[in-house]
Amino acid sequence: MEKCAVLAVQGAFAEHEKSLSRLGCEYIELRQASDMRKSFDRLILPGGESTVMGKLTRELGMFDELKSLITDGMPVFGTCAGLILLAKSVDGGEVHLGTMDISAKRNAYGRQLGSFSAVTKVGDIPDFPMVFIRAPYISELSAPAEILAEWDGKIVAAREKNMLATAFHPELTDDLRIHEMFLKM
Amino acid sequence: MNERYELNKNLAQMLKGGVIMDVTTPEQAKIAEAAGACAVMALERIPADIRAAGGVSRMSDPAMIKGIQDAVSIPVMAKVRIGHFVEAQVLEAIEIDYIDESEVLSPADDVYHIDKTKFKVPFVCGAKDLGEALRRVNEGASMIRTKGEPGTGDIVQAVRHMRMMNSEIRRLVSMSEDELYEAAKQLRVPFDLVKYVHENGRIPVVNFAAGGVATPADAALMMQLGAEGVFVGSGIFKSGNPAKRAAAIVKAVANYTDAKLIAELSENLGEAMVGINEQEIELLMAERGK
Repeated sequence: MEKCAVLAVQGAFAEHEKSLSRLGCEYIELRQASDMRKSFDRLILPGGESTVMGKLTRELGMFDELKSLITDGMPVFGTCAGLILLAKSVDGGEVHLGTMDISAKRNAYGRQLGSFSAVTKVGDIPDFPMVFIRAPYISELSAPAEILAEWDGKIVAAREKNMLATAFHPELTDDLRIHEMFLKM
Repeated sequence: MNERYELNKNLAQMLKGGVIMDVTTPEQAKIAEAAGACAVMALERIPADIRAAGGVSRMSDPAMIKGIQDAVSIPVMAKVRIGHFVEAQVLEAIEIDYIDESEVLSPADDVYHIDKTKFKVPFVCGAKDLGEALRRVNEGASMIRTKGEPGTGDIVQAVRHMRMMNSEIRRLVSMSEDELYEAAKQLRVPFDLVKYVHENGRIPVVNFAAGGVATPADAALMMQLGAEGVFVGSGIFKSGNPAKRAAAIVKAVANYTDAKLIAELSENLGEAMVGINEQEIELLMAERGK
């Protein structure tokens, strides 16, 4: 049985865990270095504050190992702050894991009053409900990364080999299709 | 409105597992962000100083709040007086991320809270029991925190409020459906909210701890009691080494069940804020706005 690890130092990790449970996927939480010794096959980087998650993964001794797991091909799914953690360049902030050929613009839609929801096609998935909370978008993307979804002329979801990133939060909706797609990667 | 309310509850979900810190200057805001705060609360005086100074305490100067908004990239919250909907309009106009309708400031209305459903920006409100929490949710609050007793560095009241909410939630969960009508009457809240708690075993919005948190162990205590995150007010910038204490509290919240780590984090933090015991205070802020 496959196991998914959810980075659980801050943010909406419980929501991802709920989505995984509904899909019958087992999960563990990564909170500190000793958790990295547990066995897992996939990784989710949830929404929250990227500054906090970046700092805590470093200071709690998980950063290097997370980075090499991703570089070695472990499937990873980053939402919102998780997308920022994956991006190779970050407009308005520090680069963290930097494994994915995308540039993220932080707080790209402004403050909370700019948060919104919308529906669009994500890859092959039609009519996906997207929830953007103080969200980033992908300002630039280069091969082999490819666009999965755009909204209002901005890239809001992308995929590159083992990496999947969305600027919105599928875990805040009842729609499991993107999690399903991730579990097949 | 409904969609906006969902988005506002969602922002609170993103703050979970995090620490929200009171700051009075852009410099403090930067220290808080660097220490791992998931949001900051901008205010002119931290609760301990409000308590010491006495007098009427109001919303902060918008220029001061904007200075803090410019200094950090994390969400910025600010406080308005209970019932002062114009202060709330002002904060919405400067695009604050969250408004705290707070008992720390002098209440502007001793009967009515702000009708928070009229606003686009989210509100967090204090509560010391389930009835207060659900009444605030009914008025449109998209996040709840314990009141605790602000500015005291004494955790006893936050513990009391969290335990009270938990036990009242458990009581509702164990009731039969026909008993819920009477429970709604006693709690002075709409039936639908009582039914939600009965079915889900929790309130419908994120619930943080606040009021009196001064040490990493205090923060972890509130998390183990069921808080989904922690507000730290006076506890950080009234202490000897704010940056170190702030970072330690952040890590303690992320690993709140790991006693060994909390022990390490608690070492050599310098002077904690000087607290005041509840018997020694003249003004119980938690009694404001019920």
